[in-house]
Amino acid sequence: MADDAALDALYQEIILDHYRRPRNFRTLPEATCSADGKNPNCGDALTVWLKFDGDVVSDVSFQGVGCAISKASASLMTQAVKGKSREEAAVIFEKVHRLVTGTEADAVVTKELGQLRALAGVSKVPMRVKCASLAWHALKSAMDGAEHAVQGTATT
Amino acid sequence: MSVKSTLHTLGALAPKSDFPLLAASPELVYLDSAATAQKPQSVLDAIAHYYRTTNANPHRGAYALSAAATQAYHDARVRVARFLGVADADTLIFTRGTTEAMNLVTTAWGRANVARGDNIVVTRLEHHANFVPWQQLALAVGAEFRICERDTSGGVDLEQLARLVDARTKVVAFGHVSNALGTINPVAEMVAIARRAGRALVVCDGAQAVPHLRVNVDALGVDAYAFSGHKIGGPMGSGGVVVRRAVLEAMPPYHFGGDMIEWVHDDHTTWNVVPHKFEAGTPNVEAAVGLAAACDYMDALGMEAVRAHEIALTAEAMRALGEIPGVMLHGTPKADGRSGVVSFSVNDVHPHDVATTLDVEGVCVRAGHHCAQPLMRSLGVHSTVRASFWVYNSAADIARLAAAVRAAQERFAVL
Repeated sequence: MADDAALDALYQEIILDHYRRPRNFRTLPEATCSADGKNPNCGDALTVWLKFDGDVVSDVSFQGVGCAISKASASLMTQAVKGKSREEAAVIFEKVHRLVTGTEADAVVTKELGQLRALAGVSKVPMRVKCASLAWHALKSAMDGAEHAVQGTATT
Repeated sequence: MSVKSTLHTLGALAPKSDFPLLAASPELVYLDSAATAQKPQSVLDAIAHYYRTTNANPHRGAYALSAAATQAYHDARVRVARFLGVADADTLIFTRGTTEAMNLVTTAWGRANVARGDNIVVTRLEHHANFVPWQQLALAVGAEFRICERDTSGGVDLEQLARLVDARTKVVAFGHVSNALGTINPVAEMVAIARRAGRALVVCDGAQAVPHLRVNVDALGVDAYAFSGHKIGGPMGSGGVVVRRAVLEAMPPYHFGGDMIEWVHDDHTTWNVVPHKFEAGTPNVEAAVGLAAACDYMDALGMEAVRAHEIALTAEAMRALGEIPGVMLHGTPKADGRSGVVSFSVNDVHPHDVATTLDVEGVCVRAGHHCAQPLMRSLGVHSTVRASFWVYNSAADIARLAAAVRAAQERFAVL
């Protein structure tokens, strides 16, 4: 059982805000690549689109069905990786992964994550780690397949 | 209101002190018994007693202890068969549960009897365990896979069922009770429809019926009836399938190995008699003994009393949740048309978020597609919240549930 403090940490105002008004919640017809993320445990599914300009993510968007955590995480993700290089985006992916699984305790590292720190509460509610990771795994699949413009499927 | 106050005094049918896990966590409100039930002390005792006094490999040793284990296993089969209204106890095959039972029937019977050009009929309400094995059988042999749609109140569209079943129908498979909505299906009527066209094997998934209704398998007239022991307070990995004897005798084995053979020649093997032909390897005696103890426990409570208790709880839950603005109940509006299941959605709050919020209030519910994705698609939802009740739940638990749902709405500021 989670406690009230864990719940407050999980559903911070910034999470609720991104859940209610997800950013970049749209399709991206001119995308370079895309990938679907599915959570078989709950039936949630979303698609992440990426547009590369050379090595830089010039635009990114997502659409789909999800809980507050998965939707807010996807929304925050689109803001975080936009304008970043492939390598920078991969680094953010790793840091967020460590943040939500509770393996990242370094204050300096977490500070660099900016708004994404709002996802830290997930680490205290293990049942929800997959929700927070859903969009990120789709992002990684899309990037990994980007050279071939493959439509991959990420299953978390 | 007198009705309301009566319902609020509705206590548990079985004391929480009978269930060690609940007794140890008095604040816990366990509303996920459709997923798995908590276990009575008597079941735990029966398992411990078996290991302390009787454990040996049944059907093998030429010594008294092995004979005692064999007897314990046999007695458990007879006891469980009696609970299910099955006169011929040897037609009860023990399995790990409903899922394995369905795989047994689809694999052993299905591969031998279903061919290209035949069709298999299932319903929109099925749990994946009574959907995917048939779908895969159909794909493997080139048979047609037909899905009978639901009606508007969460039941099976019987008129469509009658149209779908024809002379080439080899299987009609349906659940006795829907795990996602709780709908109790009219089994007798569905059997009659399936029989009208001729030759179909009628297979019923009883996983959600056996814990809640007095089930008399012989009287139902189905060819196969599967169930899970862990949902009626028995151990995980217990359960079985009752199959009409003539079908069992004609059916090839499912798993091969020890115990299921009669004689092994260098170039061929002959099979043991039913039920052993379908129980390869050392059996799970612990599961059988624990399941028999669960049947004893349920009989002591009385299945009629269980049913009445669950109707009252379900009606109270439907009232308490139904009066919350923004909460939508799925399935039939009739409490007595359901097992103890209430599936619902909360406007603008995802089922996962509802469940996490309820968890903080100590209320355990299931959120998700309930292993019924085809049904969820038809309902136009990806998932729902499901509260399910059993003998240890009371009106106080439902009050906690309703309060927790309101708390979730407040957190997400829907109102």
